[in-house]
Amino acid sequence: MEAEEARETGVARETGVARETGAAEETGAAEEPDIAPATARHPDPPTTADPISLRGATATLGGRPVLRGIDLTVRRGEVVALLGANGSGKSTAVRSIVGQVPLTGGELALFGTPRRRFRDWARIGYVPQRTTAASGVPATVREVVSAGRLARRRFGPPRKADRAAVQRALELVGMADRARDPVSALSGGQHQRVLIARALAGEPELLIMDEPMAGVDLASQEILAGTLREQVAAGATVLLVLHELGPLEPLIDRAVVLRDGCVVHDGPPPKAVGQHALPGHDHVHPHAAPDAEPIRTGLLT
Amino acid sequence: MLEILDYAFMQRALLAAVLVGITAPAVGIYLVQRRQAIMGDGIGHVALTGVALGFLTGANPVWTAVAVSALGAIAMELIRWYGKTRGDLALAMLFYGGMAGGVLLINLSPTGSNANLTTYLFGSITTVSPEDVVAISLLAAFVVLITLGLRRQLFAVCQDEEFARVTGLPVRTLNLLLAVTAAVTVTVAMRVVGLLLVSALMVVPVAAAQQATRGFAMTLALAITIGVVVTLSGTVFSFYKNVPPGASIVVLAIGVFAVITALAAPLAKRRAQRVAAAGEGCTVRDDVLV
Repeated sequence: MEAEEARETGVARETGVARETGAAEETGAAEEPDIAPATARHPDPPTTADPISLRGATATLGGRPVLRGIDLTVRRGEVVALLGANGSGKSTAVRSIVGQVPLTGGELALFGTPRRRFRDWARIGYVPQRTTAASGVPATVREVVSAGRLARRRFGPPRKADRAAVQRALELVGMADRARDPVSALSGGQHQRVLIARALAGEPELLIMDEPMAGVDLASQEILAGTLREQVAAGATVLLVLHELGPLEPLIDRAVVLRDGCVVHDGPPPKAVGQHALPGHDHVHPHAAPDAEPIRTGLLT
Repeated sequence: MLEILDYAFMQRALLAAVLVGITAPAVGIYLVQRRQAIMGDGIGHVALTGVALGFLTGANPVWTAVAVSALGAIAMELIRWYGKTRGDLALAMLFYGGMAGGVLLINLSPTGSNANLTTYLFGSITTVSPEDVVAISLLAAFVVLITLGLRRQLFAVCQDEEFARVTGLPVRTLNLLLAVTAAVTVTVAMRVVGLLLVSALMVVPVAAAQQATRGFAMTLALAITIGVVVTLSGTVFSFYKNVPPGASIVVLAIGVFAVITALAAPLAKRRAQRVAAAGEGCTVRDDVLV
C-alpha cells in the first residue's frame, strides 16, 4: 500500500520535472499533464513512512565513537541541513544512513522499512563527498551521469526513457553542453554538478548530499542552489551535510546541528550571524580552485 | 606472410593470440580504473601453482590453472574487503606462495620440469594444443560476456564503489565476478603471453589508449584494438625470430604506448587551441574597465 502510494508520488514528480525541462529547453520530452503538478511544499506530518528515521544511532570509526546516540527524522518534502564542525560526525551520520558505515546501535528506517530489509534504492539519490582523486581511466560526463540510472535499471541495456532521464539530469545542472567532455577536464564546481546530475538521473524521491558546496566556485554554487530549488519545488525530500548554510539558506526548512557525535540543535536554521557562532566553526570557506573557470567579478554580467 | 597460416600450430597460436588481445585489455581496464593494475600479476603467480597441479595430477593445466587462480583472485578480493590494514603483506604472501608452490609441485611431478614451466612463464607459440584452443575459446567467451555485457555495472562499481552500493547494485557479487573473470583471463593468456607478462597485456594497452581518449567506452574499444594488433604482430614476429611471444608482444605494446604518448601531447595542444579559437578563452574587454 505504502509503496504504491509512494510510486505515484514519484511519477507525479517526474512528470513535473519533465514538463519544466521541456518548457525551458524545448526538448519535447514533456508528457501529457494528466497528473496535477506537485509544486506546493507541504512537509507531511510525521508518519511511520518517513524517508529517514534514525533513533539513538551510535557508530564508531577505528574504535573511536563518532555518533553517540543521535535522533534524526526527515519527513517527506522536507529540506534538512546537517550542520557541525569538522569531526562532529555529520558525514558519518549521512554515510551510515546510506549504509556505508555500520551502526553499532540504534535503529534506522528508510521510508518506513528497517535498513536491513530496505531494497528500494531507486528512491534515494546519493551525492557523496567529492574526492579530488581522479579515476584511473577517462570517463565522459555522460558516462558518469548514466551510472546513476542503474538505480532504476540495474541490468539490461538502457532504453529510451533511461537516456532521456540522463539528458534531463544533465540539463538540470547545466552540463548538457559538456556531456562528451572527460570529467578530468572539469573544475571542482562542475564536477560537483556532475555528481548531482548522477544522483538525479535515477529520479529519486530523497536526495542525500554530503557537503555539496565544498570547494565549489560561486557560479556553480548558484546553479546548484537553483537545481535544488527545482527539485524541492517538485516535491523532493533533501538531507544535506553543510559546513555553513550559504546560498542554500532560503531552501532549508530545518537544521540539525551535531557536536561531538550528539545532536545539540534541531529546529529552525540558525540565522546568518548564527552560522558563524556555531560551536567550533573554523572559518573555512569555499574558494574557487586555481584551475576553475575564470572568476566573474560581476562587472561583465 | 600468409604461408604461416599453413601450419596448424600457427593457426592455433594466432587464434589464441586474438582472444588474448581482446580479453586481457577488456578485463584490465576495470583493474586500471580501480587502481589494481598489479592484480593481474598476482593472479599470474598463483596460476603457476595451478599449472603445476595439472602436471602433477595429469589434468589439462589450463583447467587446473583456472580453478587455482580463481580461488586466488577470490582470496585477494576478500583481503581487499576485510584486511584493510596490512593487505599488501597478505597479497605478497599470495604472490610468493603461488610462485614457490608452482616450482615445488612441478618438480614433484613425474613428467614436469622447470623447462615445462618456462613455456608457461613467457608463452610459447608451438605448444598451444587443440584442446587448449577449445578451452581458451570457451574461457574467452565467458570473459567477453562479462566484461562487455556488464560494462555499465562494472564501470559504476570501479568508478565509485560507494555510490554503486547506494544504487542497489550487488557490488560484492560484481567484485567477485570481476576477480574471477580476471583469473580466467590470466589462464586464457597464459599459453601465448605467459604468466609473468600477462599483467602487462592487461595494463599497457589501456594505459596507451587512455592517452588519446576522453571516455570509457572509447578507451575500451581502443585498448582492445591495440591488444589485438600487438598480440597478432608479436606472435608473427615470434614465428620468424624464434623468441617467446610474450616478450615480443609486451615490447610491441610498450612501443605503441610510447608512440601514442608522443602523439597525444600535440593533439591535446591542438584541441586546446581549437577551444580557444571557438571563443571559450579569456578576452580583454576594455569597455567594462573604469
